[in-house]
Amino acid sequence: MATKPIVKENVTIKFAGDSGDGMQLTGGLFTGNTALTGSDLATYPDFPAEIRAPAGTLAGVSGFQINFGSHRIFTPGDQYDVLVAMNAAALKTNIDRLRDTGTIIVNTDGFDKKNLRLAKYDDVNPLEDGSLDGYELIEIPITKMTRETLSDSSLGTKEKDRCKNMFVLGFLYWKYNRNMKETQEWLTSKFNQKPEVLDANLRVLLAGFNFGNTTETFTTQYEVKAAPLEKGTYRGIMGNQALVMGLVTAAKKAGIPLFYGSYPITPASDILHGLAAYKEFGVKTFQAEDEIAAICAAIGASYGGNLAITGTSGPGLALKGEAAGLAMILELPLVICNIQRGGPSTGLPTKTEQADLMQAMYGRNGESPIPVISTRSPSDCFETAIEACRIAIEHMTPVVLLSDGYIANGSEPWKFPKAEDIPAIEVKFSKSPSNGTPFMPYERNDKLVREWALPGTAGLAHRIGGLEKEANTGNVSYDPANHEYMVKTRAAKVAKIAESIPLLELQSGEMGGDLLILGWGSTFGTIESVCRELLAEGKKVAHAHLRYINPFQRNLKTILKSYQRVMVPEINNGQLARLIRDHFLVDVIQYNKIQGMPISQSELQHAAKEVLAQIK
Amino acid sequence: MAVQVETSDAGNKLKAKDFATNQDVRWCPGCGDYSILKQVQTVFADLGLNKDKVAVISGIGCSSRFPYYMETYGMHSIHGRAPAFACGLKMSNPELSVWVITGDGDGFSIGGNHMLHVLRRNFDLNILVFNNQIYGLTKGQYSPTSEVNKRTKSTPMGSLDYPVNPGAFAMGCSATFVARSMDRDPKHLKEMLHRSYEHKGTSFLEIYQNCNIFNDGAFFAFTEKDKKMDNCVFLEHNQPLVFGAEQNMGVRIDGYKPTVVTLNNGYSRGDLWIHDEKDVFKASMLTRFFEDPSVEGHLPRPFGVIYSEDRATYEDKMFGQLDDARSKKGEGDLDKMIAGSRTWEIA
Repeated sequence: MATKPIVKENVTIKFAGDSGDGMQLTGGLFTGNTALTGSDLATYPDFPAEIRAPAGTLAGVSGFQINFGSHRIFTPGDQYDVLVAMNAAALKTNIDRLRDTGTIIVNTDGFDKKNLRLAKYDDVNPLEDGSLDGYELIEIPITKMTRETLSDSSLGTKEKDRCKNMFVLGFLYWKYNRNMKETQEWLTSKFNQKPEVLDANLRVLLAGFNFGNTTETFTTQYEVKAAPLEKGTYRGIMGNQALVMGLVTAAKKAGIPLFYGSYPITPASDILHGLAAYKEFGVKTFQAEDEIAAICAAIGASYGGNLAITGTSGPGLALKGEAAGLAMILELPLVICNIQRGGPSTGLPTKTEQADLMQAMYGRNGESPIPVISTRSPSDCFETAIEACRIAIEHMTPVVLLSDGYIANGSEPWKFPKAEDIPAIEVKFSKSPSNGTPFMPYERNDKLVREWALPGTAGLAHRIGGLEKEANTGNVSYDPANHEYMVKTRAAKVAKIAESIPLLELQSGEMGGDLLILGWGSTFGTIESVCRELLAEGKKVAHAHLRYINPFQRNLKTILKSYQRVMVPEINNGQLARLIRDHFLVDVIQYNKIQGMPISQSELQHAAKEVLAQIK
Repeated sequence: MAVQVETSDAGNKLKAKDFATNQDVRWCPGCGDYSILKQVQTVFADLGLNKDKVAVISGIGCSSRFPYYMETYGMHSIHGRAPAFACGLKMSNPELSVWVITGDGDGFSIGGNHMLHVLRRNFDLNILVFNNQIYGLTKGQYSPTSEVNKRTKSTPMGSLDYPVNPGAFAMGCSATFVARSMDRDPKHLKEMLHRSYEHKGTSFLEIYQNCNIFNDGAFFAFTEKDKKMDNCVFLEHNQPLVFGAEQNMGVRIDGYKPTVVTLNNGYSRGDLWIHDEKDVFKASMLTRFFEDPSVEGHLPRPFGVIYSEDRATYEDKMFGQLDDARSKKGEGDLDKMIAGSRTWEIA
């Protein structure tokens, strides 16, 4: 009796429920299953800011969004096609971003009097008052059906109710014509010590699937085909996870131990957690007493010859400023990972923003140039982390790596590399002098880079510090001309990094068009999607995306000057735009959104078209 | 025993002057820091330290210029943070003998937080606190160890805050080694530097240091011949607390209260408090011997090793965890890590 599923190019689903409803797990399993179909995808979790908000409240809603399609997917999607709402609060907080013709799958058991009151629906049930007319509303008493499925189970009601997310998952597997085998295997390995729980989860999963099958009459089945992805082996990856693995890989490739000093802060804490779990790689993690101690310990470890990293978010970077300046003047390698969040001050800790670029560039006293690089997507964190370490070590300098909450917690499929294909990072420690010549700690090579001289090395005893130092000897010097020379030399050293980094390549479009959309960081997916759509419409647009912000790549000027207009979309009030004007005197058009959330494709496309319309 | 860094280059034992650099020492003439520098260099030579295996880490302040004058590895870091740099260095290379130089402002004001945590974590390093009860480098404001009602440029009507008691602070942080000495008693200072070096764990040595420009004589009640013996008790392990120019005064415990008694006046040495540097309760009480020496009948200020405890160091435990992880999981494999547990093929 099964009819053929309708094929769709692309679907966005939002799973929303109470913190205790298991939405992250449901989303994660659906994501893993989607990946196996070969579709491209991107996901983003939406955690509540409160750790344990009361059940049923608006503050307690936890969400997980997935966008998957048979073409390349660059973002978790603007609007949802499907909203799964496990209770009234989940519906209320998410309905705004449901497409006008979208589908709502609700657990009607989550809409009783208490739930409606907690969701501030004031006793008017949105399922009954006509406010959802126009949407496809699939009402299922999920809690009741889960309990009925498990009526003969010896589990308590609370444990039975915990299985209700499996009902939703099973129903969606039916709706998107999926094979559940992989999920069944995963559940089997996860609960192999708890046969009752395993049995309950498997039964409810199947019940959800069968519910779809038997109620086919009132809902449609869909299918999304495989995307034209490159052949190879893939895994799913989150941004902070990729960053962690990039740092571990860099240390191995440099042949020196990794040291990570950090103080817990959202959304960077998962880097500390991730690295702490890799002790078999010799990774040393140090949860310091504060942000300042975290960076100072890292500088101490760098002085001792470790690949030293510190990680934080915006407020923490502010606290690290003085020590970052010390690392700069000492000329020791250090990577400072800043997983940006909404600012200023404590700001919006669980929301995303790109507003720390000026802080990364200039947030230190004195003339204090530090290389700044940024990552664009969850999987890109891996390569960016390695590149940050390479620059730090090969150029003896602190490096700021900018990521953000959107990248950190987002996920996407990753065609991961083989370790042997990743180039080594060259580490050269100073050797003991053989001919009795005095050691010059601030003598430089042709890249203006000094040597890394480790305490413990015979014959190299020397002092370093935050006072201005005499060229070559490193001795304290208050000489006016020496100070100017050293300031300019340190700046020239950072500028010279441009000679060892690759040229900027266009992401899409061609040189010499009407409009260049120039981005950095997590706007990558949105800009690329918009640019591809505009190119498909025959518009002369291009997309360039910066990994290197200080120094800029050598050919950036040429690229900028080859377009009629340059537009810079940012989740801030115009920070890269300011740098571009400053460096190149290009009158860029800003596009800024500062709402703690990504720029949507539709709004950027609209803005880009307005600019294009003005170009003669 | 602390890290073994003896055996100098080519087997030649270095002399004190071998630990001096060619840089001009720029402290004010008459500063107590000169004496401390000299004793440290002397003790390093006595200990037969190899200058390439020593790192001296300081913060900011007059005392923090110290590394520039020591022919070893050294870092003059930023204000208050020296312990954090030292911890990081120790975690990267536990073989180094690391000495943290700080002062009362650097260590208890701007850097108080780091002092707290380095002491409880117990890294194997030596902290020398040059306490002069004043801000010298910024030209004479009161410090966190200054007495109440201190009149300075920033407190023309007298300071309001109650001073930090460094020894009690260290005990409160669960330090494993707490000692006190003074710039004007080279013999005692050298002994305490030896003891600090020998302690495996964080050694906290407070050194009373005279700032002859902004706070001259702050410690004369303890350091000058005419008053020293009446105001100081020099602690010896397993010995009674005896003091006084005539060695005729002692401290006994009356219930929970330490009191000063005169010997041969109904009390003998056997009635006195016997110092036990392993006793955390007694040590905590000793750090509370902190009264104004001008008050009649005051308890003497203790000098010497107040407390010493054997406790595993942070870095030993940290490296132990790395070894455990490797023995359980084997050396980390990058390809396994990168692939994770769930992969799929796109054909």
